[in-house]
Amino acid sequence: MPALRIENLQKSYGVVPVLKGIDLSVDNGDVIAVIGRSGSGKSTMLRCINGLEQFQGGSIDVAGHTVDTSNAHLRALRREVGMVFQSYNLFPHLNVSENITLAPRVVKGVGREEGKALVEEVLSRVGLADKAGAYPDELSGGQQQRVAIARSLAMKPKVMLFDEVTSALDPELTGEVLKTIAELAEAGMTMVLVTHEMGFARKVATRTVFMHEGRIWEEGTSEELFSHPRTPELRAFIAPNLK
Amino acid sequence: MIQSFGLWSIPLLLHGLMWTVLLSLTTFVAGGLFGLLFALGRSIGPRWLKLLIAGYIQLVQATPLLILLFLSFYALPFMGWYFPPLAAAAISLTAYSTAFLADIWRGCIEAIPRTQWEAADALALSTTQKLRYVILPQAFRIARGPTVGFMVQIVKNTSVTALIGFVELTRAGQLLNSMTFQPFDVFLTVAALYFVVCYPLSLWSEKLKERRSAGSAH
Repeated sequence: MPALRIENLQKSYGVVPVLKGIDLSVDNGDVIAVIGRSGSGKSTMLRCINGLEQFQGGSIDVAGHTVDTSNAHLRALRREVGMVFQSYNLFPHLNVSENITLAPRVVKGVGREEGKALVEEVLSRVGLADKAGAYPDELSGGQQQRVAIARSLAMKPKVMLFDEVTSALDPELTGEVLKTIAELAEAGMTMVLVTHEMGFARKVATRTVFMHEGRIWEEGTSEELFSHPRTPELRAFIAPNLK
Repeated sequence: MIQSFGLWSIPLLLHGLMWTVLLSLTTFVAGGLFGLLFALGRSIGPRWLKLLIAGYIQLVQATPLLILLFLSFYALPFMGWYFPPLAAAAISLTAYSTAFLADIWRGCIEAIPRTQWEAADALALSTTQKLRYVILPQAFRIARGPTVGFMVQIVKNTSVTALIGFVELTRAGQLLNSMTFQPFDVFLTVAALYFVVCYPLSLWSEKLKERRSAGSAH
């Protein structure tokens, strides 16, 4: 059974359709990059996967859960599906360690000692072992985003969703975040990344999906997709990035 | 018998001040409790509840406090509920402060960005957990200044209960004035006593607001 299966996913805002029948299957350990113009529906699709957006048609199964509108089901799903946002969304009133342990503590009942070990483990994975006591506003954007990744990792997710996680960062800070994600990919994490970083998608993603006008326009291994784009839309989209 | 205003008058005023403070505290605690429930209902409740609470807030905010007081003191007895002045005062002031605190706090809850709710959602927190650990602690920080500021309003507004014969500070002043016929001495002393209670609260409120605009989130 795939880690994620989306079938004929349809969503509209009022009368405006944004997803017009998406089919996507992701196996365990796969890293999928989703690229496309703003408004192509890629972030919306990602947000449907963990139920942050509701959809009108089709089905999504992820990490053994079926997405529906029941809060209890969604909470069970979200325990196993992590998400990292463009704007980090750390909790500003909590320090790094509290940001990381909040959900394991209150959702999973993880105890104090175990929580401490968890903080050390996930912070060392993102290279910020010395920042446990810092508050979010004392960190750079790149550091905040790595803490956000650590916070998500602390729930031991089976699947992780990344929603344009480097788009709000200064160019010199994107590298450290991408490096962290590449390391997760190497460690075998199943990931879906909505991204504008073409070079990164090509290097790290096993497969890349190009979305256009609410559909999956083109899909293939990253190498094949970037070196031999079949549709004029994808060619036009990646041309400026290839320079 | 006309007496002259002097040291003997002070205990009478202090007694009134005590009731002003007690009534203010009761109002703040009860209004705060209902205000919090109303603020939560108004920001995250079902639509009918939001409308109901919004209606309550609008209605109470558009009604003079004195009318609320007269309603609970003169009108409720007609429905079989007779309240002594203290209770009628507490009820009307609570109804009044509930509406204002609910409105202030709703604003503070809604000031927390939607992305904070989403981050908590994505971490599988329940609604109660989201409120308790993520939203309310942040809303509380924003709310402190305006809330303490509103306490000043409560203290001053308890003075209207003098009109139903509840002997708080203002009523004590009236009584003293009718014994001494020295309104300047009496009411300036009364004003000074209000100032002693309200000014530190105002200063505190300003300080809380300043700390917030200085920007540190923790």
